[in-house]
Amino acid sequence: MFSILRSLWYTFLHAFHKRETILYPEEKPYLPPRYRGRIILSRDPDGEERCVACYLCAAACPVDCISLQATEDKDGRRYPETFRINFSRCIFCGLCEEACPTYAIQLIPDFELSEYNRQNMVYEKEHLLISGTGKYPEYNFYRNAGVDMGVKGKGEGGNEHPPVDIKSIMP
Amino acid sequence: MMVKIQIDGTYYDVKPGKNLLETCLALGIDVPHFCYHGAMGSVGACRLCAVKKFRDPCDQKGRIIMSCMEPVNEGLIVSVNDPDAKMFRAAILESLMINHPHDCPVCDEGGECHLQDMLVMTGHNYRRFDFKKRTHFNQYLGPFISHEMNRCIQCYRCVRFYDDYTGGKDLAVFGSHDHLYFGRGEDGILESEFSGNLVEVCPTGVFTDKTLKEHYTRKWDLSNTPSVCVHCSIGCNTIAGERYGKLRRIMSRYNGAVNGYFLCDRGRFGYQFVNVENRIGEAQIRTSKNSNPVEATPDMIASACAEALSGSKKIAGIGSPRASLEANFALQKLVGKENFFAGVSRTEHTLAKTAIDILQHEAIHSPSLKEIEKADAILILGEDLTNTAPMAALAVRQAARNKGIEVAGNSGIPPWNDYAVRLKAQDVKSPIIMANPFSAKLDEIAEKTYRAAYSDIARVGFAVAALINDGAPGVKGLSKEQLSMAQHIANALKEAKNPMVITGTHGGSEDMVHAAANIAMALFLHGKEGALSIVFPECNSMGLGMMDGKPFEDLAGLPADSTCDTLVILENDLYRRADQSLIDDLLERCKNVIVLDHLITGTTLKSDILLPVGTFAESEGTLVNNEGRAQRFYRVFPAEGTVIESWRQLKELMIFSGNHESASWENFDHVAQAMSDSIPAFAKIKGHMPGADFRILNEKIKRQTMRFSGRTAMNAQFSVSEPKSPVDPDSPLAFSMEGANETPPSSLVTNYWTPGWNSNNAMNFYLDEPNGSMKGGDPGFRLLETAATKHILFFAPVTGAFTPEAGEWEIVPAYQIFGSEELSSQGPAVAERIPEPFIIMNRRDAEEAGVKEHEMIDLTLTRSSLQVKLKIDDNIPAGVAGLSTGLPGMPFLKLPESGRVKNSKK
Repeated sequence: MFSILRSLWYTFLHAFHKRETILYPEEKPYLPPRYRGRIILSRDPDGEERCVACYLCAAACPVDCISLQATEDKDGRRYPETFRINFSRCIFCGLCEEACPTYAIQLIPDFELSEYNRQNMVYEKEHLLISGTGKYPEYNFYRNAGVDMGVKGKGEGGNEHPPVDIKSIMP
Repeated sequence: MMVKIQIDGTYYDVKPGKNLLETCLALGIDVPHFCYHGAMGSVGACRLCAVKKFRDPCDQKGRIIMSCMEPVNEGLIVSVNDPDAKMFRAAILESLMINHPHDCPVCDEGGECHLQDMLVMTGHNYRRFDFKKRTHFNQYLGPFISHEMNRCIQCYRCVRFYDDYTGGKDLAVFGSHDHLYFGRGEDGILESEFSGNLVEVCPTGVFTDKTLKEHYTRKWDLSNTPSVCVHCSIGCNTIAGERYGKLRRIMSRYNGAVNGYFLCDRGRFGYQFVNVENRIGEAQIRTSKNSNPVEATPDMIASACAEALSGSKKIAGIGSPRASLEANFALQKLVGKENFFAGVSRTEHTLAKTAIDILQHEAIHSPSLKEIEKADAILILGEDLTNTAPMAALAVRQAARNKGIEVAGNSGIPPWNDYAVRLKAQDVKSPIIMANPFSAKLDEIAEKTYRAAYSDIARVGFAVAALINDGAPGVKGLSKEQLSMAQHIANALKEAKNPMVITGTHGGSEDMVHAAANIAMALFLHGKEGALSIVFPECNSMGLGMMDGKPFEDLAGLPADSTCDTLVILENDLYRRADQSLIDDLLERCKNVIVLDHLITGTTLKSDILLPVGTFAESEGTLVNNEGRAQRFYRVFPAEGTVIESWRQLKELMIFSGNHESASWENFDHVAQAMSDSIPAFAKIKGHMPGADFRILNEKIKRQTMRFSGRTAMNAQFSVSEPKSPVDPDSPLAFSMEGANETPPSSLVTNYWTPGWNSNNAMNFYLDEPNGSMKGGDPGFRLLETAATKHILFFAPVTGAFTPEAGEWEIVPAYQIFGSEELSSQGPAVAERIPEPFIIMNRRDAEEAGVKEHEMIDLTLTRSSLQVKLKIDDNIPAGVAGLSTGLPGMPFLKLPESGRVKNSKK
């Protein structure tokens, strides 16, 4: 008897608690930065595309909804010629983001992906690429890689000795 | 005889004489390694294959040894999984990784990287080294290979392959300690014809495929299909990879009897012709001879073809040595046996027929490339193998080492101990004798070279046969040098255990082929095998020669009214095979010319009805290589638009012509079956190849890997609903990542992969032992049946000695690896390597003619004249000149013939 009354009392008290329900869509919920919503492609601090078209996101994707084609600019810098995500298949698992070695592909706190026409769920590179760095403001892959693709010279990257003079016999 | 060894407590019966590493790999035991390669043996350089060896069963401590340097003996006790050995291997890898850059995402090797595999296998997953890395500048290495030296781990495989295995001169190692640099002395094109193999040999991404870079795709995303190279008569096995409907790359497919681990650059990079702009995409019709062709709908084509074929009194067909057997057979069915022409010139046709007859002779054995590698004396008669059959030249280079391996063996050094063998052998080589009109790359390994016109080479050949066996007809009037040369060759061949003769039809000399046959038969009577290898001009020259056909000059030579109303030309550019006037006249005379081809050529421009057909990548078929081995290639991807396979197109034409025999050819097996039934030479094909209904546990064999990505997005721009994956009714392969998980039969291997091995080194697990045969036997089977007669009939020499005439030169063909082959020269990468037309002359001859080296000179032949650049070769005999042949833009030339030269400026 007592426990029933106590339960009723606690339930009644909830009438004075702060509401969890919000009036979506007039009011937007707070979503943490690491919420896994819509996928974007970010740019590095220099404003260039971060994606190096390594195909790891496509390989990691359990529903195979990422498809891309690599190409290179005149300096040999590799980037995706096309990059397509079929959001009608995407399960927002975030494995692509985990696989990405350059922080290019990121899931952002935007879940509003409803469409009347399913074909509109297919996002091309122009829909995916944003102008900012996303969650990782500092990282620039090409400054740390060993390749010289117009971003830095050989031996000018982080943790690199200057290029070897192969004719030297010094130890 | 087998010996018993113990590995990690398990006993195995293994072959003695091998090293422990290859034994482990043959047993399927994962032993990490870098510098060891099946074809190149071991040098013990990288220290990664460390295992622990125990003295006897009581030895608990053991000691670490390198498994690649440890011979397998009775009672050997080792442990691969010993904790000390594991720690040692991880430490080696960690030190190799010190300078390895953070490149995997942009490295073309990623996903099929031997280094990545070894990292995972040894357990060195995280880098602890946090200091600076050494860096290197890269070099430009030509249109085939990219260079990224930062990634090097100093295993020396590249120089061992390039210099030691293929005899290359321009790749070397420079510098010392951790500054080692593998590259050329200066930027420039890698000279070796086998440079493409560096892509597969390099365990990291130092050397990568530059043609793949243009449309880069990871290994796991390629849809792979077993194929056969179409760029020469050797028939190397390849794996062709496709993505998004385009052919992306060619990798080598192991065939122990043919190409082993390797491919030549023409085979590897010649694939680009499949993707060029010059492809014929749509059917075209021309209403009258003078109007322009217009694209036609299927209905228009059907009615035009039906009209042309059913309204004709006589239909003739010209086949092709670059089309499959089945396509040629379908054409023969369409036009009838008496109207089927082989699509090669009379000279080539006669030579092919002669060669095939000879190879079918009881006394003659047509050796595989593997058997050529085993030879200990080789006479090469008038064939520049490096340019006409590069992989055969590579096999000859290995054969040259056999004497040295034997010398080392006498001192107890096993053949796999590569460095020790080379050190002991020094310059000891098996006798390789090169008889060729001009200098060839193989001269450098030749014990003796003989320079003469083809007729003299043939005469010396006949003399050699006569010296080996009295029954062979001799040659009169040989000079003293020729006699001593013949004596020397005869002695070398007689003394050898496995002597071999290699010749070819490129020289256009029947006498030379006869001479080679005489030598082989004489050797047979001398108690040897009678091995004779004949190199043919094109990928299916031999197969076409085995069919009943006539040279097309027979058709062109007929009177105008009885030639034919309708001419069907299958995948053949006739302008490459005869004088322009002859072909113009022939095509003009035929009311309807129907051409089936995939690239725009001079012949397709003259067609009334042009039907697009698939290249090797969009069709399936059987090719017969120069050994007589029938090998099947499969469709790599479904063709776009109206492009279909040649045999299917011809099947349709048969129905249009009112011949409904082909109506029952529903898939490739039916046409292959019909061919085996109607042509006795191909009777064996039926039942030898896995048919379209072949299944493993009810499943087809998958072309795609299990990691294949983008399935639900790659076509989503057209429709968000995924299309059904294309069906392949013609083969047991599926355009899918779903299929049997078991290893398929050797001829159907689509991808080399085994747990832990994503790189091409997984190949070793598909073999009975490294550098051995594929498990279940090497792909393909020999069609050549030796005739039952034991009767040996020697050929008699026909032509007399060559006598130079003043002011005249005998122009002999100098085929070029890049350029002389029709299809590969269409690709941009190979096109970059095509030389400009040149002529090779003796210095004295050049002075006599008043022409200078590197200058353009006018060459006048009987029916044509052209401008070529002069190259001096002091070895070419007086009165003989070599002319680059078959290069794009050069007219057809019937060589050898006599010609005159003069300075262009005068």
